[in-house]
Amino acid sequence: MLTALDKKLLEEIADLHGEPPGAFNIRKDGQGIERRSLEGIEINPKKDQPGIEVIVAPGKEGTVHIPVIMTETNQSDLVYNNIDIGAEASITLVAGCGIHNPGSGSAQHDGIHEIHVRKGARLIYTEKHFGEGDQGGKRVLNPKTVLYVEEGAYAELELVQIKGVDQTSRVTEAEVKAGGRLVMYERLLTDGNQFADSDVLVKLMGEESTARIVSRSVAQGSSSQKFYPRLLAYGPGRGHVECDSIIMDQATVRSVPEIWAENSEAELVHEAAIGKIAGEQLIKLMSLGLTEEEAEEAIISGFLK
Amino acid sequence: MLSLENIYLELEVEERKIPILSDINLTFEAGKMYALTGPNGSGKSSVARVAMGIYRQTTGKVIYNGEEISTLGISERARKGIGYAFQHPPRFKGMPVKDMLELAFKYSDGYNCQVLRDIGLCPDDYLERTLDNSLSGGEIKRIEIATLLAQNPKVRIFDEPEAGIDLWSFEQLIDVIGSSHREDTTTVIISHQEKILNMVDEIVLIRGGTVNMRGGREEIWPQIKESAACSCRQDCRLEEEIYADCPR
Repeated sequence: MLTALDKKLLEEIADLHGEPPGAFNIRKDGQGIERRSLEGIEINPKKDQPGIEVIVAPGKEGTVHIPVIMTETNQSDLVYNNIDIGAEASITLVAGCGIHNPGSGSAQHDGIHEIHVRKGARLIYTEKHFGEGDQGGKRVLNPKTVLYVEEGAYAELELVQIKGVDQTSRVTEAEVKAGGRLVMYERLLTDGNQFADSDVLVKLMGEESTARIVSRSVAQGSSSQKFYPRLLAYGPGRGHVECDSIIMDQATVRSVPEIWAENSEAELVHEAAIGKIAGEQLIKLMSLGLTEEEAEEAIISGFLK
Repeated sequence: MLSLENIYLELEVEERKIPILSDINLTFEAGKMYALTGPNGSGKSSVARVAMGIYRQTTGKVIYNGEEISTLGISERARKGIGYAFQHPPRFKGMPVKDMLELAFKYSDGYNCQVLRDIGLCPDDYLERTLDNSLSGGEIKRIEIATLLAQNPKVRIFDEPEAGIDLWSFEQLIDVIGSSHREDTTTVIISHQEKILNMVDEIVLIRGGTVNMRGGREEIWPQIKESAACSCRQDCRLEEEIYADCPR
């Protein structure tokens, strides 16, 4: 039975209003509390370690929700989820973690995902992070996602952390085989004394494998961020890394994109920028009647859209 | 009615105060269209920016409908009904055109996405586009004009609306600025285009940061043309003399 708080957290991280449509698994405070498999989408708890296995049959289309919520203080939850998207399947998978930390102890979730997107399959993967709590307890999230994009498959990752997470160290690794395509959008906002590290390594393994990594972040208050997106081409692949940060107040941002080619046919590009909100942008929106604060808010929310 | 009274403006550049405007006295009445013209760097945009509150004048007053608004900020002036389409509109990463128009509608009394069509952009093609480098200079400029049309302020200041716009769209642009002008609207267009100077009620020539001439288009346009030609001839002769003295 989901409480009102559970529902609120699910709404924040997965836009869910009550029970998810399609197949799902809801994990709360270290336990799977509700689960539904469908024909062609099997979700089972793992036997040897905490976590679940999601197995999608070849050619299956559908939606899978696997949100995690935490509502207690002084807890640390580590899960290993394996996800296998069968050949030619087309799946939207919504993961994510919402923490309501009611106390002064810390609440931490480390989710380790291994995802196989088999030949010709298509995966849209969304992972949102959210934290709240007013007793000073830390909200910590350390996700690790290891992704295998097979021949001719397509994977799109949307990784979002906008509010309330004090610490995060995110690791994303991907191997993209010939003809495979990977698109990764990362959006991050930190405030106060929060810090966020994101370490990305994408390997383009074969011909016509492509990757696009777009990272947008806003660092406010005294928060700090570090980005290490690396793109490595073993074959004649094409890739683009774009890191763009708005820096405000006393925040710090380090952005270290790396491109690395092991093949003379590879084409790799990186762009990185850190800057404050441009004065002319604020003036433009203020000339529409917005206050300076509203203008700033509109620029940031557009930037992180 | 918007008036600038005895406006002097100095801007600080690298710790030096540079005089930009001196003794500007201008009144823009409701229902009339005005053109501000003059050489590059003469202070036309600075006049607009003082009116909008982007630059704060060193001395002088800005009066709007009888109320002194000299100390009001940009947002407050916008809410009172003053709007400004930038000469070089900034770009906004991630912000869709739709969001910008919605922000413009926020304090207006009802326009709609028709404004995009009015300036020759199909809403279906543009509403979801983002205002970043993926749009050309001409597209950004037209969206900027559409934003001011959406905002629908009582005083509309267009800063070189024709800059970067192709000839086909230019005619449409003139039409839409003209047709959206109402009895209670004041339209001020900073421009060098003869067609724009021909469509307004009054032309103001700004030179060296001050009002050099002003009047109806019939009286002022011939003088501007002559003055421009004279200064061009003078510049040319000067150049000839320099070249003549120059040992090669």
